[in-house]
This record gives sequence, structure tokens and C-alpha cells, in this order.
Amino acid sequence: MSAQTDLHADHSHETDHGSVKSYLVGFALSVILTAIPFWAVMTAQFDKATNIWLMVTMAIVQVVVHLKYFLHLNFSEQGRANTFAFLFTALIIVMVVGLSIWIIYASNAMMMH
Amino acid sequence: MTAIAHVHQGANTAPDHHHHDTSENTIFGFWLYLMTDCLLFASVFATYAVLFMNTAGGVSGRDIFELDYVAIETAALLFSSITYGFAMIAAHRQNKGATLGWLLVTFAFGAVFIGMEVNEFHHLIAEGNGPSRSAFLSSFFALVGMHGLHVTAGLIWMAVMMIEVVKRGLGRQTITRLSCLSLFWHFLDIVWVCVFTVVYLMGVL
Repeated sequence: MSAQTDLHADHSHETDHGSVKSYLVGFALSVILTAIPFWAVMTAQFDKATNIWLMVTMAIVQVVVHLKYFLHLNFSEQGRANTFAFLFTALIIVMVVGLSIWIIYASNAMMMH
Repeated sequence: MTAIAHVHQGANTAPDHHHHDTSENTIFGFWLYLMTDCLLFASVFATYAVLFMNTAGGVSGRDIFELDYVAIETAALLFSSITYGFAMIAAHRQNKGATLGWLLVTFAFGAVFIGMEVNEFHHLIAEGNGPSRSAFLSSFFALVGMHGLHVTAGLIWMAVMMIEVVKRGLGRQTITRLSCLSLFWHFLDIVWVCVFTVVYLMGVL
């Protein structure tokens, strides 16, 4: 993650904390991934369904970009624990949010009939 | 992770600028806290997703959200993310002046974000669209307000860290604390990506 435990500490030092270049790459990608959905919605480019898919995809990609370039999550030996902690959290979030919405919307639909 | 850290403590007796002792565990522990914070946000997102259509005859997202305003807020937070990254790079290079400078810039961007959000809330409440108006507005204020409170806490923390860097320089402990704040700050930007997508962009569709 952020502190060093690697045996080759001096070599990977810069990449581990992120370099100016990696921050700039992450920033540029984030700007693009933010601009696209804002542009699509503000200029009403597509129909509603396309817009929703577009913005959800862009948001997920941007979260991954942030995790990689700003939070430096990786699968290296010293960063693995953080990454797995996040993946577990992501699973719980998908269950909490996804299933809540599913249950409530389904019951809502049934009440209407 | 812990095992590696132990090997290092035994093998490494020479003083070095890397932090092998407890800072590694501190940062991992802080990361685990952030994961629980993630779950907190997820529950409030689920609440919002369930309630946002219940406007009780009042305004809906389409009536009150201004996307160009939100775009500026988003830009301020994104800029603050990269400037915090630069502050961390300067801190690891033991460059005190640059660290303070970038922290100050980050603080300014964060303050702009919070200022804009408070202004937005103020206008909504002044026009009678406060959190008690409808379930939609309750969940909107809860979700966006909770993110705003986190950013405010981050700003207070950042101010404290700037004082610490001025008074104590960039010691190992200070860098560990800056690293934790770094995780916190970048994490809040990730939450904001979800907020502007789910609340604002989907709200005006």
C-alpha cells in the first residue's frame, strides 16, 4: 500500500507511493470518465436506458481508476491484504444495495397490483 | 503482510527512512476502518435508491439539481485528490515546503467544495425544500450531507496535519498520519463519484 515492506524497497519505492506521472495518468482518466457522463446527460445525447448504462459503466471504471492510481491497490505481496479487504467489502456492498433495491422494488410492484 | 514486516524488523538494524514498525499496521487498520465506512455509505445509498421517487408532491431531482454547478464541485474535489497526491510525494521526498504548499492547495479545493455544498443546501432549505419536505429530500440530505461531513472532518484533520508538519517536520509518525489522511481523502473522492452518478446524473434523467 503506502508504507514499504518489500525487500527491494529502494527500487519499488516510487511506484509504491505513486509517482507524479501515475497521479497525472489517474487524473487525466478521471477527467475523461467524469466528462463523458456529464456531457451525455447535459446535452441529452442518448435515450434514458443508454444514458444509465453509460454513466454506471463510467462510474465503475472511474472507481477502479481511483483505486489503482490514487489508492495504489494492487496484488503485490504487501498490498494484497488491502485489496482483498476491499474486494470483500465490495461483495457485501453489492449484496446490501443490490438485494435491498430488488426486495423493495419487487414488493412495491406487488403492492400496486 | 504482518509476517513480512516481522522479517524486516529482525533483519534490518540500520536506521533507514522507511517505516517498518507499526506504521504498516496503522495504515492497514485505517484501511479496514475505511471499508466499514464504505458499508455505512452503501446503506445510505440503498436508502436513497429506495426513497428517491417518493417526493410527496414536492420537487424531484429534475427540478432542483443544476448539473453545471455539480460539475464544478466535482472538479474541485478531483483537483484536491491529485494535489493531495503531490503532497504525499513531496512528503516522501522530505520536502517540507512543497508538502505544506500542496496541503494548502488541497485544503483550498476541499473548502471550495464544502462552501458550494453548504450554499446548495442553504438555497434548497430557503426555498422550502428542506429535509423534512419529502422522503426524497430526507434521503438526499442524509446521503450528500454525510459525504459533506466526512469532507469537513478531512479538512479539520488536514489543518491539524499542516500544523504538525510545521512544528515537527516530516518524521516517520507524521508521514504515517499523512498516509492515513491520504487514504481518507481519496476514498471520499470515490464516494463522490458514486454520489454524482447516482444522485445528480440519474436524478435529472
